[in-house]
Amino acid sequence: MYHHKLKKMTTVKEFIGDLTAKTGTDRSALMPILQAVKENYNYLPEEAMIEIARKLDLSPAQVFGTASFYSFLDTSKRGKYVIRVCKSIIAEMKGKKEIVKALEKHLKIKMGETTTDNMFTLLETNDLGWSDQEPSMLINDTPFTNLTAEKVIEIINNYKTK
Amino acid sequence: MNSIKLKKTDVIFDPCTEDVFLPLLKKIFSKEKTEIIDEIIESGLKGRGGAGFPTGLKWKFAAAQSEQEKFVVCNADEGEPGTFKDREILLKVPEKVLAGMAICGYCIGAKKGYIYLRGEYAFMLPQLYKTIDAFKNHLKNLNVDFDIEIRNGSGAYVCGEETSLIESLEGKRGEPRNKPPFPVVEGFSNKPTVVNNVETFVNVVVIQKLGVSEFNKIGTQDSRGSKVFSVSGDTPKPGVFEIELGMKLSDFVEEFGDGDTKAVQVGGASGFCVPRKKFDDTIIGFEGIPTGGSMMLFNSSRSMYNVLHNYLDFFREESCGQCTPCRVGCQQLIEGIKAIKRGDKEESYLDTLKGLAESMKITAKCGLGQSVANSFITITSNFREEMIY
Repeated sequence: MYHHKLKKMTTVKEFIGDLTAKTGTDRSALMPILQAVKENYNYLPEEAMIEIARKLDLSPAQVFGTASFYSFLDTSKRGKYVIRVCKSIIAEMKGKKEIVKALEKHLKIKMGETTTDNMFTLLETNDLGWSDQEPSMLINDTPFTNLTAEKVIEIINNYKTK
Repeated sequence: MNSIKLKKTDVIFDPCTEDVFLPLLKKIFSKEKTEIIDEIIESGLKGRGGAGFPTGLKWKFAAAQSEQEKFVVCNADEGEPGTFKDREILLKVPEKVLAGMAICGYCIGAKKGYIYLRGEYAFMLPQLYKTIDAFKNHLKNLNVDFDIEIRNGSGAYVCGEETSLIESLEGKRGEPRNKPPFPVVEGFSNKPTVVNNVETFVNVVVIQKLGVSEFNKIGTQDSRGSKVFSVSGDTPKPGVFEIELGMKLSDFVEEFGDGDTKAVQVGGASGFCVPRKKFDDTIIGFEGIPTGGSMMLFNSSRSMYNVLHNYLDFFREESCGQCTPCRVGCQQLIEGIKAIKRGDKEESYLDTLKGLAESMKITAKCGLGQSVANSFITITSNFREEMIY
């Protein structure tokens, strides 16, 4: 167990070492660093934040404080694909509720949960910038718009076979 | 007939072909810096993010700073509910945005520009990087020393506030700073920084292309130029439209409404809700209701209580929590309207809540908390019965 953890830590260390070699260790590089770590691990593991703090000569609290401010910098474990359904007033008017229902049923999870195979996490988010094409959602960085209940199932199935 | 009333224009999105664009850039960068700034001032251009500060003056202040290092920041953190026009600008005419930033850098003496792109728009990155590479080549050929880098946001609405955006660029929590000092004096890394909206930078290029006198023919005395509007909600044609500023809201509704428009939310959740009876007297522009361009239409099937509840839920979540009026105020407003709806509070409690909203307007630290009252007061005043029954 300990050995496993140690091994994993080395990997995180290496990853952050390579990353900061590119970004530099100025505090202004913190956001790009956190974003890259999140992209790689699907969230920000605690040990990664501690290592970033060490590299940037900050306290872990400063790194965690920054990370926890931003809704896309997840500090708890997420699935490989994070689904963020837009919950703006326009999305609500255009049938967001049906989309969420279809996703919950198809993925067999509730809003905020992650599938047992760690593939999908289902979340809500504020305006995605697609009010002309609601309902909409993001899967990681990719937007999907003009959604219908049938369409979301098709999209999810495509991701399952990726 | 409608289009005559609305005066649609096409200066922002007209395609940016190299045979026009490159000679234009050459002409601009051969001008004196002060000449360009004076032209922007003369054009009357005001910031397109919503606050409407005169762009030329902002540049003049930054240019007057004696610091060696200065910065240009493009605010592409478009997070206002119902706004998506910067998305379209960045997808369709990104060269103009980059050019506007480089012109700004040239005028104020900055060699570095950042585009702060909201995390929700990260899908644009591959294309934007390509455009930036090509543009940097143009600058190199013109001997202009200006670098542009993209930084992503990570899902925080308040980072659209310029000092909060700067904090985020510096790798911190996006909590707004006290003003003054303003960013033109102490911005990114405490150096003079001009922060402008995506559309504002495009307008700088438009002014240079058309000339000040042609530009001044668009719009009205107080609201020069055109505006890119994001139209959504109960409308048969949602999308992005460029229209001259200074239009009457009734003309807008005639064109975009579904025949049953009950209210239009002008300027997003932080803007103003205008009921049908006031469409005729409402001008969209700096002489009336200024806006970042969000126009959400609601028809009579919509509950304005649900609309307000959605906005307040949004503000409560996006409040950075730094100042008490906003942090506690947003919570109290949403809990308050829920209590009235449930019948746990008297109807008159709505007036107490209005008082709270008014005090947030004068005591909150930044634009987020200050503008919650805009939608709160306009919705609860115009649709009082919907809040209670």
